[in-house]
Amino acid sequence: MDTKPIYLDHAATTPVAPEVIQAMLPFLEGAYGNASSLHSFGQEAKAAVEAARTRIASFMGARPEEIVFTSGGTESDNFIIKGIALSRRDRGNHLITSSIEHHAVLETCDFLRKQGVSVTLLPVDSNGLVDPDDVRKAITDKTILISIMHGNNEIGTIEPIAEIGSIAREHGVAFHTDAVQTFGHIPIDVDELKVDFLSASAHKLHGPKGVGLAYIRKGMKITPLLHGGDQEKRRRASTLNVPGIVGFGRAVELADASMHTESSRQSALRDRLIKGLLSSIGDTRLNGHPVRRLPNNANLSFAFVEGEGLLLSLDMEGIAVSTGSACTSSSLEPSHVLKAIGVPVELAHGSLRFTLGRDTTREDIDRVLQVMPGIVHRLRAMSPLVRKGAVS
Amino acid sequence: MIQNGPYNEKVMDHFRNPRNVGVLENPDGVGTAGNPVCGDIMEISIQVEDDVIKDVRFRTFGCGAAIATSSMVTELVKNKTIDEALAVSNRAVAKALGGLPPIKMHCSVLAEEALRSAIDDFRRRQGKP
Repeated sequence: MDTKPIYLDHAATTPVAPEVIQAMLPFLEGAYGNASSLHSFGQEAKAAVEAARTRIASFMGARPEEIVFTSGGTESDNFIIKGIALSRRDRGNHLITSSIEHHAVLETCDFLRKQGVSVTLLPVDSNGLVDPDDVRKAITDKTILISIMHGNNEIGTIEPIAEIGSIAREHGVAFHTDAVQTFGHIPIDVDELKVDFLSASAHKLHGPKGVGLAYIRKGMKITPLLHGGDQEKRRRASTLNVPGIVGFGRAVELADASMHTESSRQSALRDRLIKGLLSSIGDTRLNGHPVRRLPNNANLSFAFVEGEGLLLSLDMEGIAVSTGSACTSSSLEPSHVLKAIGVPVELAHGSLRFTLGRDTTREDIDRVLQVMPGIVHRLRAMSPLVRKGAVS
Repeated sequence: MIQNGPYNEKVMDHFRNPRNVGVLENPDGVGTAGNPVCGDIMEISIQVEDDVIKDVRFRTFGCGAAIATSSMVTELVKNKTIDEALAVSNRAVAKALGGLPPIKMHCSVLAEEALRSAIDDFRRRQGKP
């Protein structure tokens, strides 16, 4: 491969920023103290953790003590949903969520359903939007938590979180949003969004893997997932991941500095990619909302071909993307998100997700636009679903 | 840096350069297996002379493994007698490809089914059971 690899799978994970690595290194080398220790080694680590906490809290309009560091988005979702189900079981046993949530939310709700909690899965429209009115109608006197994601990881649709937050407040129901895909990409203010709980993960914003956060609004009681030591004000036991948290703090600092220019730059590249693919390849559709979508997400379905074949063909060109096709999942089921927005199953199998990042250039996008028509044409030429003359 | 993903070089070779792609003009038998809802559909057409598969073509909607197994099964049965072709199992197809990831073994089953379906069609047209 003489051309440089093009990574367009930033929703899966992002490269760790060099500045983040530099910030972390001292805490992997000399400054190895346990942040719970009273001696100078421990205090040095603790100071670094608290500096990161303060930085991250201010980025999202929260107070430092409202941030609990976790191992990532999945743990935060599990912690918040299970923690609320347990701590509020005297007040009710009903959860409301949407059918397009990440598996970390859906599987957690399914686990709780098997324990006797009732779960309402709200539908979405063909663009992937939850209707706030549906949320209002689903609330009962037993509802203890509403959990709706901020930005969808597959189709990029951004949900009306503030509107849903208002409804949750009117009814006195706690409200959680999984902001794993939006945190560090679009502005987040927990008061404006009217959320009580929020999940985020460092590696989606050029931070390290294995660290994330749960935002817990002051006054909200929650049962811990991990019991043990006194860390994180007894909300999450376990020795703090000091290098990871420091890296997360630095990643947020970098995101804060570049987010506004990056979101408009990436949106323009995203639209160039979407328009280019729709105009150069027939029988292609955009999945997700045309406007209310993550700045870096383009998800399209190419009729008559299967996503894994497209993915492998792009990989051979040095271009890394992802697919909602069944063939790449162990369940052999196509994406639940594409299904929920009503994409016909055959088209769901032929979907690709391109997610851009800070390192994505216009040349990268033009290279995708240059190779994609040939790749789709080659696979369509061997597809029995193509009727004679249906595709040029 | 660039790996072949989940597949070995032989599978990737058949994905990149599939053998016998297309549809025969006047086939003696055509068979399909799978369905688009499951994400895999294979179509195999055969031309038979004196009980020997003289020519064979395939078209496949499916993942890399589905395309590679279709390609390989056409290679394995070309110029074979009908009985020899019927003896080609899905395991033989997978083995000829140097192995498939466990989750992709169903693709080789589909290749075997599409071939058998084409042979059944041939026999029906011959008036044989």
